[in-house]
Amino acid sequence: MSDIFPKWTNRLPVWLIIGAVLVTGVSVAGVTYYFTNKYTNVGYQPVQPVPFSHTIHSGQLGIDCRYCHNGVEKSWYSNVPASSTCMNCHNQVLKDDPKLTLVRNSYSNNVPIAWTQIHKTPDYVYFNHSVHVNRGVSCVHCHGQVNKMDEVRHDKPLSMSFCLDCHRNPAEKIRPPEQVYNLDWKAPPGFAQRDGAKFVHDWKVNASQNCSACHR
Amino acid sequence: MRYFVLGLTLVSALVVSVLGFRGDISRKPPLEIFSDMDRQPKLRPQEPNALLPNGLSSQLLVDGTVARGTPFAATPKNTGRVSGVTNFVENLPLKVTPQLLSRGRDRYAISCLPCHGAQGDGNGITKKIGAMAVVASLHDSRIVKLPDGELFYVISEGRNLMGGYKANVTIEDRWAIVAYLRALQRSRLAFEDELSAAERAQLK
Ligand code: HEC
Ligand code: HEC
Ligand code: HEC
Ligand code: HEC
Ligand code: HEC
Ligand code: HEC
Repeated sequence: MSDIFPKWTNRLPVWLIIGAVLVTGVSVAGVTYYFTNKYTNVGYQPVQPVPFSHTIHSGQLGIDCRYCHNGVEKSWYSNVPASSTCMNCHNQVLKDDPKLTLVRNSYSNNVPIAWTQIHKTPDYVYFNHSVHVNRGVSCVHCHGQVNKMDEVRHDKPLSMSFCLDCHRNPAEKIRPPEQVYNLDWKAPPGFAQRDGAKFVHDWKVNASQNCSACHR
Repeated sequence: MRYFVLGLTLVSALVVSVLGFRGDISRKPPLEIFSDMDRQPKLRPQEPNALLPNGLSSQLLVDGTVARGTPFAATPKNTGRVSGVTNFVENLPLKVTPQLLSRGRDRYAISCLPCHGAQGDGNGITKKIGAMAVVASLHDSRIVKLPDGELFYVISEGRNLMGGYKANVTIEDRWAIVAYLRALQRSRLAFEDELSAAERAQLK
């Protein structure tokens, strides 16, 4: 009479445990790697209707961000400029260039250019540009070196942990207000401990970690 | 067991090769994996909107109306003109303070510097690289003699080849720029009674 359970079944429980551990490990690794903003959002670089380059306009011409994004220090929302802002220069510069046909049409016919929005928090998140840029938080922390991008890409995850990393310790990132729009500024060594901490204290910077600050 | 490990490795390799690595450039919009309440039926600024015929969520002003909260009274401060007539006001209607001047300097650097240059002589970057042919020098004696109200008007509405900045620069900031512009112009001017006797003799 043969055995009901062949000999190899003795090792079955061990195999099952090892297999389960492996499968769980790989799935957890996959989810943490692929299911966060670091994977889903970072690197998003849509093709824009007009080949507008921040390298040329901010980097080489040195135009201040607020020439175009003029709402950024006044409201929660940082606007993308109207085509009339482009036409201030492009009525003389590259006046007949085919790359700017869309801008000229948009200006004369009063229809907006359909730029694709790149950075977009979920609608349940309350975000505000003016509180940040008026308190010494530079664009570079949340958008990367835009002045070196020919096409803007999503450079930072903008996930909840990203926001909180800074809110827990803003002194690390804060800079003098006149350097906020200078994306190439690097804090001199020891700046965060010395001046950063002083700014946070003197200006009573309060980067809230309450859920209701960002989820209102 | 061997087959199982092999299978798992193959599946992982397949997933990595299909999904790629973090931070890769992608032309496709981000996946919203748990998209529970990510996109709600509310309007955000500058987004298209299917509800209204022209498809804009921020509607254009109807002629003859103003947006809530924007100043509209025909005061010298709002228009740069003497109330009731079309003459430009001669002097700034705001009190000139050090704060106003430094604000003006700031705003000048944002809005005017690319064309008129840091010194106001019309040698901004756009002229330097030869991209723009005509840029006025703000030290031109005709421009120095314009009334403050007319400078305000030029900033707001533009003139000839220069576009207007009333959509981008608030009224207070436009006056602050005028104040700073006056300081810039003054830096290249001297009045006769400021000269020493010897210098005055040289002029003769
Ligand atoms: C301060 C003046 C100024 C403003 C404002 C401005 N541009 Fe430009 N733009 C320039 C100059 C200068 C160049 C370079 C011209 C050259 O290459 O000779 C340029 C070049 C370009 C080019 C061609 C780039 C290439 O690859 O050759 C495009 C497209 C363009 N601009 C689009 C825009 C758009 C869209 C806006 C509005 C958001 C805008 N510009 C606003 C000054 C300006
Ligand atoms: C000449 C006008 C101009 C200037 C100056 C300018 N931008 Fe922009 N910016 C644009 C336009 C037009 C777009 C939309 C097209 C695009 O995404 O490339 C844009 C898009 C962006 C975006 C992406 C928006 C989105 O959809 O998520 C960011 C971030 C940004 N700009 C940051 C900056 C920063 C930081 C500076 C200053 C260093 C700056 N910009 C200076 C015109 C300008
Ligand atoms: C604390 C982080 C942070 C800082 C600092 C910051 N931004 Fe943003 N920015 C964001 C987030 C988050 C969004 C997406 C907002 C949304 O959901 O509409 C965004 C969106 C934008 C957009 C796209 C708006 C649209 O709807 O197309 C522009 C343009 C922009 N930012 C420009 C700037 C500029 C210029 C600066 C610096 C003066 C700046 N930002 C500083 C976090 C930041
Ligand atoms: C680089 C640092 C930094 C990052 C990144 C950052 N913040 Fe902040 N945030 C601050 C600071 C500093 C303040 C406090 C400003 C003040 O004192 O008024 C602040 C304030 C705020 C406030 C106002 C809180 C209140 O009490 O009203 C909100 C809302 C907010 N942040 C949301 C966000 C969101 C959402 C993100 C992520 C997309 C983010 N922040 C990323 C530094 C940062
Ligand atoms: C500094 C701002 C900030 C604070 C404070 C904050 N959150 Fe968030 N939260 C965010 C942002 C930004 C996201 C969206 C991240 C993304 O793009 O997926 C988010 C997403 C979430 C989500 C949805 C996650 C998902 O992917 O579905 C939950 C749940 C959440 N937050 C809960 C909380 C709770 C609970 C607290 C208080 C302990 C809190 N948050 C405090 C910024 C914040
Ligand atoms: C995009 C380039 C550009 C910018 C930015 C710009 N200007 Fe001009 N400006 C011009 C040009 C070009 C002219 C010459 C117009 C003409 O005579 O055709 C001019 C002319 C002027 C004049 C003389 C008007 C007259 O009566 O002849 C004044 C005053 C002036 N600008 C002030 C300013 C101020 C103040 C700012 C900042 C808010 C500014 N400009 C920003 C291009 C610019």
